Amino acid sequence: MGASFPRVSAAIQVEDLYKSFRIPTHRVDSLKERVIRPFAARDHRELKALDGISFEIEQGEFFGIVGRNGSGKSTLLKLLASIYRIDSGTIRMAGRMAPFIELGVGFNTDLSARENVVLNGVMMGLTPREARNRLDAVVEFAELGEFVDLKLKNYSSGMLVRLAFSLLLEVDADILLIDEVLAVGDAAFQQKCVDAFHEMKSAGKTIILVTHEMGSVESFCHRAMLIEGGRIAVIGAPDEVSREYLRLNFEAPGPGAGADVTGTRTDATVRLLDTSLVDAEGHRANAAEHGGKLRIRTRIEALRDFAGLEISYLIANAEGIAVSQWRFGVGGDPPPPVKAGERLEIVTAAENLLAPGHYLVHLGINVKVEGGMALEMPGAIDFVVFGVANHHALVALPQETVTTPYEGE
Amino acid sequence: MNTAVDTELREVGGPGALGGGRQRFLDLLWLLAVTEFKRVYFGTVLGYLWSLIRPLMLFGVLLFVFTQVFRLGSEQVEHYPVMLLLGIVLFTFFQESTTNAVTAVVSQEGVVRKTQFPRLVIPLATVLTCAFNLGLNLVVVLGFVLAFGVAPTWSWLLFPVALAVLFVLTAAVSAALSVLYVRFRDVAIIWLVVAQMLFYMTPILYPVTAFEDSTKEQLLMLNPLAVIFEQVRVWVLHEPQAPTAVEAAGGVAGLIPAAAIFLGACVFAVWTFSREAPRIAEDL
Repeated sequence: MGASFPRVSAAIQVEDLYKSFRIPTHRVDSLKERVIRPFAARDHRELKALDGISFEIEQGEFFGIVGRNGSGKSTLLKLLASIYRIDSGTIRMAGRMAPFIELGVGFNTDLSARENVVLNGVMMGLTPREARNRLDAVVEFAELGEFVDLKLKNYSSGMLVRLAFSLLLEVDADILLIDEVLAVGDAAFQQKCVDAFHEMKSAGKTIILVTHEMGSVESFCHRAMLIEGGRIAVIGAPDEVSREYLRLNFEAPGPGAGADVTGTRTDATVRLLDTSLVDAEGHRANAAEHGGKLRIRTRIEALRDFAGLEISYLIANAEGIAVSQWRFGVGGDPPPPVKAGERLEIVTAAENLLAPGHYLVHLGINVKVEGGMALEMPGAIDFVVFGVANHHALVALPQETVTTPYEGE
Repeated sequence: MNTAVDTELREVGGPGALGGGRQRFLDLLWLLAVTEFKRVYFGTVLGYLWSLIRPLMLFGVLLFVFTQVFRLGSEQVEHYPVMLLLGIVLFTFFQESTTNAVTAVVSQEGVVRKTQFPRLVIPLATVLTCAFNLGLNLVVVLGFVLAFGVAPTWSWLLFPVALAVLFVLTAAVSAALSVLYVRFRDVAIIWLVVAQMLFYMTPILYPVTAFEDSTKEQLLMLNPLAVIFEQVRVWVLHEPQAPTAVEAAGGVAGLIPAAAIFLGACVFAVWTFSREAPRIAEDL
């Protein structure tokens, strides 16, 4: 997809961007202290968040930025949005940008939706007149017509998110900067977001999406960029970037036990190559339809000879409630021996009885005879179940109903 | 829908006191001040009355103390109650604006850390909201002024000049305090004390002449607020026994320190705000 994108003119040009934070070893936060000890050592550690980043985003491009926590991704975002000051380097931009670091962050809950829409519209660069003219459209899209004069503190969180998102669409900026919005709301709202993104993409808007979800990077973005340690690790086709991201994330941190930022713990028994939700053709997916098949694929490499490989997936919903656990021996029962260097692909499928919503899968790999966890990765997979199931229970068990005349007493 | 996309690349300036264009700055300032004003005054049943009751009660108490207990007011000043009320209302504007402004930037943390927002709007909107309030209170004061038999004169036209000077001073102090509080959290407590001191260092309860000592009068005139308040008294109440600010300071030269303090406050505010503004989001 990346190669087929026609070159137009740049919408954003970033050159040699540097940003570091000074973290004082002893923070002086009162005037009293400053007066008493005016020359107190102002020692500080220098934390390099961005270490020389240059890239260009074309007009009309849907550009993904990915990176692990602490990679400098959020700092870059805040520099692009003019929230943090640039240490050195330049950012150039063509047209008006609407940053959405977080949905609805500029909302004042003591004010009505009407006042908030106008205020936030102006904040994102509309004139007050334009903002008032677009109020109706915003409220209509958010399906909040009758609540327009209600104070936001009386809104449900779903209503707030809808309001914020429709405002984002109506602000009609040339460049949209969006951070992780796909992760909010129920499944129906996520579907609405997805539709809106496709619409914006075909309308030729320049969109920058910052996310952890490789699925959305692969399905929306023309191009993507992976940031690691404040530098650009890869920039290019979305599938290439997402592969690199997963490699970074899942790689064992070295010999012996350890934990990395994602909370993965592992000993030197197996190396996780990849784990994800897949569709019937074996492509990575981030959503599964209710009533269809739920497939999880894991690829591992054995680092030593052993027998009794066991995998467990614990599927939890957005509230953190474990809904289902799958636990099985790999290759049969008892699981056969595996040699060092051997690579395995394990695909598990089940009927998708999960109610529509957002789910997390915690992956565990252990060696049965030895006991103990060989590898543990909380939140390894993140997926959405969509569908029309009209209920609010955790699972939709298939049912059969038989009705017969009852002639007893 | 704008189909003609702006294709010219422009450098992004980063966060700042003003960032984002003058029109947007003014629009935001006005909207924020108006919505805040509406929220406070139409949000509660008694609304505006509450904001009037506070200065009026202070006025009632002080009036009783200084006319019945100390006899100071009634003997030396022709229109003591009017002078007291006018002074209290003006000082309430200064005190409310500055004390609200101290925490304004920090309490807007979410907006500051997550949106591109011209930082200076925040303290200025606080001052503007209080200015709306002052406008309404002055209507009440006007009623008192007329009821106490002060006749309108041409010098009333100079009153807005004094208000403008007071507004600029208040805005400067508010901006400086709001941004200092981000770094130094004891500013809030210090300012409470300083504001209280300023109240007594300004001729509100007493006329300048109460000292009966020209050196002390000149000392009092070091305070820019005292200069403003004294001049308001001359212009609005035109009492023959009230000296003008120039007379109280012992000549034009005597006003130079107050003018220097006023200018110093403005320069300090601009300097400190523009220095700190780009870093606010990082320091919070």
